[in-house]
Amino acid sequence: MKANGSNRPNSAAPSDSGSNGNHVVIDCKANEIYYGSFLAVRESHIPIEKGKITAFIGPSGCGKSTVLKSINRMNDMIRGFRFEGHVHFHGLDIYDKSVDPVAVRRYIGMVFQQPNPFSMSIYDNVAFGLRLNRYGGNVGEGVEKALQRAALWDEVKDKMRNNGLSLSGGQQQRLCIARAIATEPSVLLMDEPCSALDPSATRRVEELMLELKEKYTIAVVTHNMQQAMRVADKTAFLGVDISQGGRTGYLVEYGDTKQIFEDPKEQLTKEYIRGEFS
Amino acid sequence: MNHNDSTTAGPLAIELPKLERSLWEPRALFSSLMSLVTWLATLIACVPLFSVLIMLIYRGGAKLSWRVFVELPPTAFEMGGGFGNAIVGTLVMVGIAALISVPVGIMAAVFLAELGPDSRIAEVTRFCAKTLTGMPSILAGVFAYAAVVLTTGTYSAPAGGVALAILMIPIVVLTAEESMKMVPRIMKDAAYGMGCTESQVIWKVVLPTAMPGMITGVMLSVARAAGETAPLLFTALFSGYWLVQGGELQMMQPTASLAVLIYNFSGMPFESQIELAWAASLVLVLMVLVINIVSRLIAQKR
Repeated sequence: MKANGSNRPNSAAPSDSGSNGNHVVIDCKANEIYYGSFLAVRESHIPIEKGKITAFIGPSGCGKSTVLKSINRMNDMIRGFRFEGHVHFHGLDIYDKSVDPVAVRRYIGMVFQQPNPFSMSIYDNVAFGLRLNRYGGNVGEGVEKALQRAALWDEVKDKMRNNGLSLSGGQQQRLCIARAIATEPSVLLMDEPCSALDPSATRRVEELMLELKEKYTIAVVTHNMQQAMRVADKTAFLGVDISQGGRTGYLVEYGDTKQIFEDPKEQLTKEYIRGEFS
Repeated sequence: MNHNDSTTAGPLAIELPKLERSLWEPRALFSSLMSLVTWLATLIACVPLFSVLIMLIYRGGAKLSWRVFVELPPTAFEMGGGFGNAIVGTLVMVGIAALISVPVGIMAAVFLAELGPDSRIAEVTRFCAKTLTGMPSILAGVFAYAAVVLTTGTYSAPAGGVALAILMIPIVVLTAEESMKMVPRIMKDAAYGMGCTESQVIWKVVLPTAMPGMITGVMLSVARAAGETAPLLFTALFSGYWLVQGGELQMMQPTASLAVLIYNFSGMPFESQIELAWAASLVLVLMVLVINIVSRLIAQKR
């Protein structure tokens, strides 16, 4: 942790890291998230631990994606968005007034639900971020390294000049992952990265996630509970509260994936996992 | 009869539906009649278009030779001559108009599509641009006359360029805005997600992705401007001389253009001038045609 910011608290690591000795990279404490006057999420404290995959699961409309996108300030572009709470990243609150959201996103990368390569060549897609950050090294090598890590190199090495959009859906998503990791972010956020893919492409992306967690910390939103079981080390289950008339999401339970699925502490988690509601 | 039934259809024979087309049934008759009407309407719509083209090729093609491209227009009783200066004048004035309207139009479109799409000023601008596309082109000439000709004290190519630019700007703004709006939201998200600033997103993602559509819009506006006569009547007027005289570029003087040449010469009682007007029309149509084809090719190249 660098100690060059005056506004970084001395003891930045939240309570979780003390108890089990794991290093928390991002401590996301969403007290209240609003879209206009609509309270989308309340009281959700999710720590994201280094080198692990943290899955966000829960029924539709529970605000999983909202919380995830709050972590790299992608919600800033939505009108009426308001975040109450803090997201500590290496001890600095990314919602601090002095923080530039653009800089945050260079350290916390994102992979979206729909594969979204740019309408340019495969090479340029991956090189995009490197050029953006005025990469000092050899761009070609950086592109190759990222594609190899995204397990796409062998499939595209002979057609680097083809348009990124000419690839299949699964390849496009791995291209997007390559693009995101080319700039070596420390955290990768994935918003339902497989929901637009077929089962075999899903499997490849899941394998990739397991490989990537050696180097990157990953937070993933998923609809698919089996997916969370297969890939995640930690799982956060969010529920929906409709008692106030609106639909407000909140954190029901957070813990080791094994514990959440085999021995959930909350009744609501139990019901959800048994498939009694969605 | 009884014997026949049992062998061919069996005891559970049902009556087969009648599937043959019957031409004289009222619905079928109405249908073929309407098909004929639409076909005829298409034909009628094509007749003026093709007759103009055929007439242009027939009358204009006869006079077309390399001389018309390099010679000056003839005076009253002269024979021969050409309209080289008018081609140059049209190109120069359309060029000036493009230099003004393309940057202004595209930057305005960036604001409308990306920076403040719902702001009050954007709504007003959009409304104005839509109104201006339907504005009679002669009004653009009147405006440029007041703004440029009166202030500089002379008819000139820049004045003509300004008049054409006023016609082009709304077309460029609206088509460029439309093609920028077509850039998928998810592509912009991807760029923001990698840590692009808003200007980087516009420069590196929105503009390149929207480029084919924007070029089409620019080309169409150029094609429209090249054929305009009315705005040039008040601003560039006409000239029988080259834009470059004695090795010097004379911008601030009346300037010839193809459209005005056609307008002037077609009303003259001299055979030579009328023939030149035909040839100039053909050249103008070919120019517009080439511009359209090029813009199509660019738009297809995706």
